[in-house]
Amino acid sequence: MKEKTIVSDIDRNVYDIKDEEKDAYRIEEGLTPEIVEKLSKEKNDPEWMREFRLNSLKIYNELKVPEWGPSIDGLNMDEIVTYVRPNTKMSAKWSEVPDDIKNTFDRLGIPQAERESLAGVGAQYDSELVYHNVRKEVEELGVIYTDMESALTGPFADMVKEHFMKLVPPTDHKFAALHGAVWSGGSFVYVPPGVSVEIPLQSYFRLNAPGAGQFEHTLIIVEEGADLHFIEGCSAPKYNVANLHAGCVELFVGKNAKLRYSTIENWSKNMYNLNTKRAKVEEGGKVEWISGSFGSHVSYLYPMSVLNGKGARSEFTGVTFAGNDQNLDTGTKVVHNAPDTSSYVNTRSISKDGGISTFRSAVVITEKAKNSKSSVSCESLMVDNISRSDTIPAMDIRTRYADVGHEAKIGKISDDAVFYLMSRGLSEEEAKALIVSGFADNVSKELPVEYAVEMNNLIRLEMKGAIG
Amino acid sequence: MAESLLSVKDLSVNVEGKEILHDISLDINKGETHVIMGPNGAGKSTLGLTIMGHPKYEVSKGSITFDGEDVTGTDVNERSKKGLFLSFQAPIEVPGITLSEFVRNALQQRSEKRVKFWDFKKEVEENMKLLNMDEKYLQRDLNVGFSGGEKKKAEVLQLLMLKPKLAILDETDSGLDVDAVKTVSMGISEYMKRCGGALLIITHNTRILQSLEVDKTHVIVKGALAGEGDGSLVGEILDGGFSRFE
Repeated sequence: MKEKTIVSDIDRNVYDIKDEEKDAYRIEEGLTPEIVEKLSKEKNDPEWMREFRLNSLKIYNELKVPEWGPSIDGLNMDEIVTYVRPNTKMSAKWSEVPDDIKNTFDRLGIPQAERESLAGVGAQYDSELVYHNVRKEVEELGVIYTDMESALTGPFADMVKEHFMKLVPPTDHKFAALHGAVWSGGSFVYVPPGVSVEIPLQSYFRLNAPGAGQFEHTLIIVEEGADLHFIEGCSAPKYNVANLHAGCVELFVGKNAKLRYSTIENWSKNMYNLNTKRAKVEEGGKVEWISGSFGSHVSYLYPMSVLNGKGARSEFTGVTFAGNDQNLDTGTKVVHNAPDTSSYVNTRSISKDGGISTFRSAVVITEKAKNSKSSVSCESLMVDNISRSDTIPAMDIRTRYADVGHEAKIGKISDDAVFYLMSRGLSEEEAKALIVSGFADNVSKELPVEYAVEMNNLIRLEMKGAIG
Repeated sequence: MAESLLSVKDLSVNVEGKEILHDISLDINKGETHVIMGPNGAGKSTLGLTIMGHPKYEVSKGSITFDGEDVTGTDVNERSKKGLFLSFQAPIEVPGITLSEFVRNALQQRSEKRVKFWDFKKEVEENMKLLNMDEKYLQRDLNVGFSGGEKKKAEVLQLLMLKPKLAILDETDSGLDVDAVKTVSMGISEYMKRCGGALLIITHNTRILQSLEVDKTHVIVKGALAGEGDGSLVGEILDGGFSRFE
């Protein structure tokens, strides 16, 4: 067979479009209490938030950078401009959005996505919500879907204060503290008791300015018996300066409520993605995480579920794709803290061109969690001989009355399967892309069709060097 | 005068530095049906895979010419596009890709044109009916959890859909019950009728040959050609075994 197809440098044209910087406002580089004060003032924070930020900064300065995962030595915090605000006000009308921003959104398909029956668009461009539109029918149900800044001062201000960074406190780790100090943008969703939101809500995050970090905060509260599907998708253009993403997602799932949280993250290949996501599930409630991790230089991502009420459930379905010069450390954590709780984890990871993909999980079953069940299954696929895949599952079980299972499989792409597909006329690239997207179908079959198509396109892009 | 389709000349093949096929030559003309027989481990499947272009089998000597072109060094997908087909002895299971997606994808890659979904659906369903295959297999992952018989039928379905000029059938009849052999055999003769193709059949028994007229039989023993004859040789071997060739 002739030499292997060269796919190391992919064409990311569609995703790596950057607009000329036209920022109305930009804070100087580096992080000091003065900068945080200034940021807080600019954002018209309530007093408690100003204090929260300053306190978080203190914690940030006291905590050490984690040393147990991939190296983040390439990340220079002094270079990160923490706050970049586009020169446009919040807008509910598409026609009022400036043209260059519109162009970028057009290329990412935002208006189309909205047309295609998605409930609302809260698209984050740089650090603030530019375009926000919730369909009437969702509002009529009493559902609140707004940006975090408005939520802080709006009619739900007390609820935000009560929940903000309670699941992920700034003391959790250094980047949670950083987030607490400089967070900006993000979504707030409140679903009242018994309300079932039929169409998924989606938000699209994107980084634009060189050297800009992104610290969006997502807070979702789904009340008793309510039901919501929230979709978050990310894509960022590529720059030479190290980029940092330290967002935070907090999900509160009430009694017998259900929340599905789907994410396709596609960061540029210089991004340090240090994101923290956590859900607390009450009695009989259920959280479902669907998570696709693409792009970034280094990722630490372990969405966590705390099953806090009797019979609470969690499901985690994930796929991670690590290519050249990528070290993606992803997985999940589940804490069973009540009887009859159950968790199910099913992940696939792919590594290629020397990429490193590590699956890390932790299942904790406390003494209170009698008759709990947990099943963890992770599979890894290495596309070539120079890539790496590791599995690090941890279990901490404090009761004898629990049913815990773990299954791990690591394998290489099968030459025979490639040959078989090629013998019907498929090219080597096409055959491998089919096998890899087939491998990732645990996630794609859980996504709405337009997202599944996007994910398959991403896999093809990563496998072949262009969208076919 | 018969037109040559496949010409294998003095072919020797190495695997990991060891020669396992020695100086094999055979010629197949358009419209002909050839049979390869031989004891287990004689190198029959290796010959099929080498003609198809499996990278594990290194051609150390000789050449393979298909439809007037030397294809010895070309990739398997190029050979496939030129009209070569191999029905696998053990079809590979590929999770996450449905049979329908795969066949349509293959058709599109071969023609480099979009294949209209309704045209495809009509044709594939017709062929499945012929093969007595449940349509629900179209939506199942390629060969995953298929019985031995269904896997072989799926191979013949691909043969009927892709319409190659020459099909190598590697024990397409093994592991099938009597009815399934009959169905598969019918599918193969249907291919010959429709496409006027050619066949190279690797087999252990005659049942699959019942509805076909065999033009030539080749016997391979220990990696080398040990005998040749017409269709009647198949019956002789089934009665007398391979001892006279060793």
